[in-house]
Amino acid sequence: MREFITGAEAIGRAALDAGCDFFAGYPITPATPILLYMVKELPKVGGVAFQAEDELASIGMCIGAALSGARVLTATSGPGLSLYSENIGLAIMAEVPMVIVDCQRLGPATGAATTTGEGDVQFLRWGTSGGYPVIVLAPADAVDCYNLTRRAFYLSERFRLPVFVATDKETVATLSAVEMDRYLHEPVPKRNVAPADADHVPYRIGHPAEVPVMSPFGGPHLVRVSGASYNERGSRAWRPAELDRLNRHLAAKVDQAEDEIALVRADLQPGARTVVISYGISSGSVAEAVRLVRREGGEVSGLTVISLWPVPEQAIRDAIRDADRVVVVEMNLGQYRREIERLATDRQQVVGVNRVDGELISPDQILAEGGIL
Amino acid sequence: MTRWTSYIDESRKPYPFCPGCGHGLILDQINAALVKLQIDPRTIVVVLDIGCVSLCREFLTTNWMLGLHGRSVTYASGIKLANPNLKVFVLTGDGGVGIGGNHVINAARRNMGITVVLFNNLNFGMTGGEHSVTTPPDSITSTTEYGHLEQPLDVCATVAANGASYVARTTTFDENLSDLIAAGIANEGFSLVDVWEFCTAYYVPNNRYGRRQMEAMLERLEFRTGVLRSSPRPEYSRAYRQAVAGEAGRPTRPPQPIEARYTSRLSRRVACVISGAAGKKINTAAALLGRAAVGAGLWATQRSDYPVTVKTGYSISEVVLSPERVCYSGVTKPDLLVVLFPEGLARARPHLDTLTPADTLYLDSRLAPVQTAARQVLLDFGQTGAFVRKQEYWATMAVAAVLRDRHLFPLEALEDAIRNQSSYAEENLAAVAASEGLIKSST
Ligand SMILES: Cc1ncc(C[n+]2csc(CCOP(=O)(O)OP(=O)(O)O)c2C)c(N)n1
Ligand code: SF4
Ligand SMILES: [Mg+2]
Repeated sequence: MREFITGAEAIGRAALDAGCDFFAGYPITPATPILLYMVKELPKVGGVAFQAEDELASIGMCIGAALSGARVLTATSGPGLSLYSENIGLAIMAEVPMVIVDCQRLGPATGAATTTGEGDVQFLRWGTSGGYPVIVLAPADAVDCYNLTRRAFYLSERFRLPVFVATDKETVATLSAVEMDRYLHEPVPKRNVAPADADHVPYRIGHPAEVPVMSPFGGPHLVRVSGASYNERGSRAWRPAELDRLNRHLAAKVDQAEDEIALVRADLQPGARTVVISYGISSGSVAEAVRLVRREGGEVSGLTVISLWPVPEQAIRDAIRDADRVVVVEMNLGQYRREIERLATDRQQVVGVNRVDGELISPDQILAEGGIL
Repeated sequence: MTRWTSYIDESRKPYPFCPGCGHGLILDQINAALVKLQIDPRTIVVVLDIGCVSLCREFLTTNWMLGLHGRSVTYASGIKLANPNLKVFVLTGDGGVGIGGNHVINAARRNMGITVVLFNNLNFGMTGGEHSVTTPPDSITSTTEYGHLEQPLDVCATVAANGASYVARTTTFDENLSDLIAAGIANEGFSLVDVWEFCTAYYVPNNRYGRRQMEAMLERLEFRTGVLRSSPRPEYSRAYRQAVAGEAGRPTRPPQPIEARYTSRLSRRVACVISGAAGKKINTAAALLGRAAVGAGLWATQRSDYPVTVKTGYSISEVVLSPERVCYSGVTKPDLLVVLFPEGLARARPHLDTLTPADTLYLDSRLAPVQTAARQVLLDFGQTGAFVRKQEYWATMAVAAVLRDRHLFPLEALEDAIRNQSSYAEENLAAVAASEGLIKSST
C-alpha cells in the first residue's frame, strides 16, 4: 500500500512512534509544519509541545526537559540553527540526548526562505565551539525521514548526544508517494536509567568511549549537570588530567563508534569506473541518472551517504576503490566534496555537481556536468 | 518523617566568594527559606546562571544544573514543563538577566512555575566589574570609565507588569530576606526576588559603595522594596496540562494509505504544472491530482511555490506522475501546463516558452490568446454554473478537465481522493461534476 506524504509528517510521526514526548520550537520556514504537527499530536500521547520565544529558548527548554526524563525533538532551519549553536555545545558537554531536525533552505542569513539548499552540511558538524563530534543523518526521501528520525532518537539515547536529521525544504514540504512497507519499525528502547537502589555517580564511566548512564531530575538520585568542565560527580574539574579525561571521552564515544553509526546506500555496478556520490534530496536525481545510464548500456555506480557525520570513511573508501572518477552531487558549492577528496587517492578525479539557485539538480545536469556518458 | 536541616553541604564551606561578597549571604537565606518550607531536595532543581553566582552550585545538596549565560530560565522552563511536580529555581546574576532578559519576561508572562533569585550586585563580578543592565547611572565600572549613561533596568517592575505572580525586592541587609524568598517559593507560578548586594571586588571599591549608599540609591531610583506584587494565578505547566487534558488518549493522526482501486495506462513520466493565484486552492487541487494518481496505481510527487504572502500573488504547483517511482521531483519542462488567473499567467511565462507541440496548455479562456507551441485547451469557467463565482474550486475543476481530456487515469480516482480528504468534499465533488462543460475548445 502506498501513502502520499510530506517529509514533515513522516518526521512528526516517527517522533511519536519513537516515544518523543517533548517538543519546543520557534516558527521558521520550512520547519514550521513539524512544529504544527507536534503541537497538535503530542498532547494526545501525554506530551508537551511548546512554541518558545526564540530559538535560544527552544533548545534550552529541550535540554531542560531531556534532563528531566523527556524524549525531545526540535526542528528549525539555518537561521534558527545558528541560534542553537551555543546550546548544541551545552548538549554535547552535558551529554543530553535530543534530536534536532534542520530543514535546510538556501543561502546565509535569511537566504531564500522558501527554496531549498544543503548549505548547513559543514555547519552541522562544526556548528559549536570546541569542535567535538555529533551525529548527522540525511534522509533522501520521505521514507528516510521516518526511518532516520526514529534512528536519530535511538542514537541520541545510545550516545547521549544531540543527533541531527539534516533535511531540506524540498524533502519536508513535497508530497510524495511512498511504499509503506519501507517504513522500519525498529523499537527505540526506553532510556537506560541508573537503578534506583544503587549509588549514582552522574558521569562515571569505565573507559573513554563508554556512555554514562542517566538519571533524571526528580528521580531517585541527586543529579548534577554542568556545561562547565566537570569530573565524574559533575563538580567543577580543573586539573589537566580531569579535563583531558572529559574532552577525550566526548570525542571517543562518537569516533570509536563509526562502524555502528555508519549508514550508506550503495548501488554499485561491477566494473563501473565512475561512482556518483550524493546525500539528501539529490540522491533521487542520482538514482534517476544512474537508471538512465544503465538503460543506455553504460556502467556507473551510485552511493548515497546517509550518516554524513561522522563520515562513514570505510564505506566510502570501499565504494570508490575501483573508480577513476568520483562525482559528488550536492545542493551547495561542494561542502561534502572536501570529505570525499581526502578519502580519494591521487589517481582518482573528484568532481562536483552543484547548485545554489534553489532549483533541484536534475538527472541531466548530473550526466552533463559529471561527465558521465 | 525526614526533617531536612540544610540544603547546603556545610562541610564544604567556606564559600569561595571574595570577603564581604553578598552571594554567600543570599545562598544562606535561600537555604533558610527551604528549611522553613521542608521541600524534599530530590524534587528541587536549581538552575544556575553563569557568573560568580554559579559557584553556589558546589554547595547545594539538591539537584542542580549549570547551563549557559542568560539561558537559565529556559532550562528551568523545560524542566518544569516536563515535570510540573518539581520545584524549580533559577539563581542568576544581573548579567544573566541582561543577556537573557527576553526569557525572564516570557517566563513571567506565562507564569511559569520558577523561583528566580536575582543576585544583584550591579555589575559583572566574574568577568571583572563591567557594567550590567542594573548598573545605576553615574556608576564607575570597568566599561564605564567616562561615566555611565544608561538608565538601569527595573527588573521587578518589568516582570510585575508582564504577569509575574510574585515579585519582591530587598537587600542582603533585610532580616526578612528568607521569608521573602520562602513566599516566592510557596507561590506556584513565576516568582522573582531581586536581592541587592555587594560585589566587594569591583562595584563596592569603584563606587565608594556601602549600605547607606545602597539604600539611598534605591530611594533615588524610586525602587521600592518589600513584596511588590503577590497575585497568584494558574501556573503554566499545569495550566497547559489542563488545557490539553481532553486530547489525552485520543488516537494520533494515523498513516493515510491509499488503496489503488484504479489503473492507469500511463507509460512514462508526465509533469503537470498548475499555475494560478494565491488563495485559490492551487496546491489543494495539485495534491488531489497526486493523491488520485496514487489511487490509480501510479507514483506521484507534488511540490509548490508561492510568495511569502499566501493570499496574494501567484501560486504554482508541480505534480509529477509516473508508472515508476519518482526519484526526481523537479520539473524542467511541463508536459501539461494549467494556467488560471492573471497572476498564474505571469508566473507561468518561463514555462510557456519551453512547451512543444507534444505538450498541452490548459488555459483559463479569459487569459487567451497566449502564444505557445503547445496544443491549447481553453477552459471556460462561464460554463460551470454556480462555480463561475467560486474561484477557489477552479483549480479542482481544471484538474478534472485535464483528466477528461487526457485520460491519464479514471476520473473516479479523483473523486475518491476528494472523498478521502474530508474537508469541502461535497463542494469539490460538485465542482468535478460541473467541470463537464469546461473545455471550450482545443486546438
Ligand atoms: C555567551 C557568553 N558571553 C559572555 C560570557 C562571559 N561571562 C561570564 S560571567 C559573565 C557576567 C556575569 O555577571 P553576573 O551575571 O552579574 O554574575 P556575577 O559574576 O556578578 O555573579 C559574563 C559576561 C559567557 N560566559 N557567555
Ligand atoms: S568578584 Fe564580586 S561577585 Fe564575584 S565573588 Fe568577588 S565580590 Fe563576589
Ligand atoms: Mg552581577
